[in-house]
Amino acid sequence: MLSRVANNIYWTSRYLERAENTARIVNVHGNMLLDLPSRLGVGWEPLLAITGSGELFYRHFRNADERNVVRFLLTDTRNPGSILMALASARENLRTTRDIIPRESWEAVNDCHRFARERAESITKRNRYEFTKNIMRVIQQICGFLDGAMSRDLAYSFVRLGRYLERADMTSRVLDVRAANLLPPVDRGDEASQDPLANTQWMSVLKSVTAYQMYRQHMRFRVTGPDVLKFLLQNREFPRAFLFCMDQLEGVLQELPQPEAALRRVARLQRRVQSADVHALAERGLHEFIDELQIGLGELHGDIDALYFRGTPAPAGD
Amino acid sequence: MAIDWSQYRAEGFYDELVDADGRLRPPARVLCEYLAALSGEELAELKNAAELAIQVMGITFTVYSEGHNIDRAWPFDIIPRIIHRREWERTQAGLVQRVRALNLFIQDVYNEQKIIKDQVFPGELLANSRNFRQQCVGHTPPLGVWAHICGSDLVRDKDGTLYVLEDNLRVPSGVSYLLENRSVMKRVLPELFENNTILPVDDYATQLFDMLASISPRPLDYPEVVVLTPGIYNSAYFEHAYLAQQIGAELVEGTDLLVGEDDCVYMRHIEGLRRVDVIYRRIDDWFLDPDVFNPESALGVPGLMRAWQKGNVGLANAPGAGVADDKVVYAFVPEMIRYYLAEEPILPNVPTYLCMHDEEREYVLAHLEELVVKPANESGGYGMLVGPKSTAKERKKFAELIHQDPRNYIAQPTLALSTTPTLCDDTVEPRHVDLRPFILQGEGTYVTTGGLTRVALVRGSLVVNSSQGGGSKDTWIVDLPDAPGANQQ
Repeated sequence: MLSRVANNIYWTSRYLERAENTARIVNVHGNMLLDLPSRLGVGWEPLLAITGSGELFYRHFRNADERNVVRFLLTDTRNPGSILMALASARENLRTTRDIIPRESWEAVNDCHRFARERAESITKRNRYEFTKNIMRVIQQICGFLDGAMSRDLAYSFVRLGRYLERADMTSRVLDVRAANLLPPVDRGDEASQDPLANTQWMSVLKSVTAYQMYRQHMRFRVTGPDVLKFLLQNREFPRAFLFCMDQLEGVLQELPQPEAALRRVARLQRRVQSADVHALAERGLHEFIDELQIGLGELHGDIDALYFRGTPAPAGD
Repeated sequence: MAIDWSQYRAEGFYDELVDADGRLRPPARVLCEYLAALSGEELAELKNAAELAIQVMGITFTVYSEGHNIDRAWPFDIIPRIIHRREWERTQAGLVQRVRALNLFIQDVYNEQKIIKDQVFPGELLANSRNFRQQCVGHTPPLGVWAHICGSDLVRDKDGTLYVLEDNLRVPSGVSYLLENRSVMKRVLPELFENNTILPVDDYATQLFDMLASISPRPLDYPEVVVLTPGIYNSAYFEHAYLAQQIGAELVEGTDLLVGEDDCVYMRHIEGLRRVDVIYRRIDDWFLDPDVFNPESALGVPGLMRAWQKGNVGLANAPGAGVADDKVVYAFVPEMIRYYLAEEPILPNVPTYLCMHDEEREYVLAHLEELVVKPANESGGYGMLVGPKSTAKERKKFAELIHQDPRNYIAQPTLALSTTPTLCDDTVEPRHVDLRPFILQGEGTYVTTGGLTRVALVRGSLVVNSSQGGGSKDTWIVDLPDAPGANQQ
């Protein structure tokens, strides 16, 4: 497979995953704010932190209020990470790989992009839920076409590489921003976990990565900080848990030629996450820990780029 | 409205399906009678079915000026253009003869230049030729072939004679539409293929691959062949992707390739670098290698010319082949056929006046109103003056252009291009057509069965180019068991 084509498919997959994740965090955050008293002053800024787009945002807006942040994340053409622009990039990339990607998924991406563009100007607080739900639904549908209609060959490997790398990135960012704000500097023990507001926020951390239901099935007791960390970092069955994503990347890399350097990087990340003491992290050092994971993911991307994309320029968008 | 052939007339033109007395030509009879038996509704359904098939199959072409909306559905007419097999066989022979002579000419002008020394072809034309490549002088590509893929445009005049209008030797396009038009027709009107002997077109891909493989520098069973495209924004991108898929070759862009220290060409694969043997390039000479030609080109591959000159990679068409794709050189093709092959040309040229010759130029300038004036090196119907449809201002502009650069202009009489019945709204009307067959030259020479029939969809228009509102039709070469003229019904 040509490096340029692999590069295109990898980034398409990342953009799709990114668009879906962005839709979800906007949705969950809006819901959570409805349950929190405004005196807590949580606001919309955390979403900028999660998506790492604060700097760009403040170049165009003064206030991180609901209207501005939501617009910036969903449909702003000046934000390359907005849902609209992520879909536009995915679409541009797929155009040149149409013969490799199943036709239905190309049509669905096309359609999803058209939907986002048409709605861009008319998203209100009231219809926002429908918009984000629809984006998530169509992207899931695209993933369904890919999973159901692509041969398990190299092209499919690059779909999965992009997907799990982007997903691990998002899960770690959500934990970083959300949990770091939530975890008290000193352990307040039961008092904290019984605080209904803290509970709401921990639940929204889970919901931000669609983990709430699976967490309840798996953990079987109330939502506590260390348990959420444990679940989202170390679980090997839940598809948005960090370790699960690493296991998937390990599997995919083994199907690719000369993967040793990238595999070593994945193994290091796996060890680091597995050996983490979530109780200690819940008290201090979570931010630094996640930083380490983020750097590891960045290096892993660099490995993949050097091993397989061989200096072909990054495709549209990024 | 159903079709009533007795009402159909192409006044003053040769019609491909109906003769001057309104009788159906023998090879068209089965088709025309079938169509006449359909109701207006059924015809409309057929038309819709064809349009749907085109959308579903994703047959598109690209228009430069439409910004982001770059894919357009391919305009197609369901009534095929039909040619008798016997006529086609003669045409094929004429095309083979022509492409052989053209290749001998290109090989000669880059090497011994015998044709110039023998004063059959004026050497000063080369000095002014925009497509003569100094870098190719002294080189002989594999098999001595330069123009491996040629698309020649044929037009039929009032008296029924088929003329060669031009030979496209650089990066001729359209063959994918020829093939796709046939698949659309087979989907929409399968019963006609059962009741007619229509010669198949679909061995083109095999022939193309075999030809490309024959110029591989390495004697492998499966040489690595790639199709080099300028990318998604090129008007023929659909064709590039289509052909790559059909011949099982990788579709590459310039950035996918590199020339190694060993002067061999490699493509960047995820497994590493993989040697490329043959490049079917769909980008112009000028963009092929920034080291040698346009240094700004981001479409090409630095070092590609060096790799080709050393014989490490096959390029089709060879750089410099365009020297014969020049409307002035065109005028000399009949002489080339006599000179190199010692044969009489089977297919005539359109009579051509060369503005470089004083007498002919004077004639052209005095008759601008009647003639079609063309620049030597443009394609796609750009930069032309169609005398009978021109304004005084346009003629004045062209007179000046001719004075400034006589070598760059030729003129031809305005041909009464033949017509063929075309479905327009709810009736059939005559529309002008041309025909572009494709000729492959490797070890042997192959001609497509028929060609791409392009049709000017606007009433009275002579412009068939898809970039300027033309459409296309399936082209049937029909075999009839009877002697011509015998009327068995």
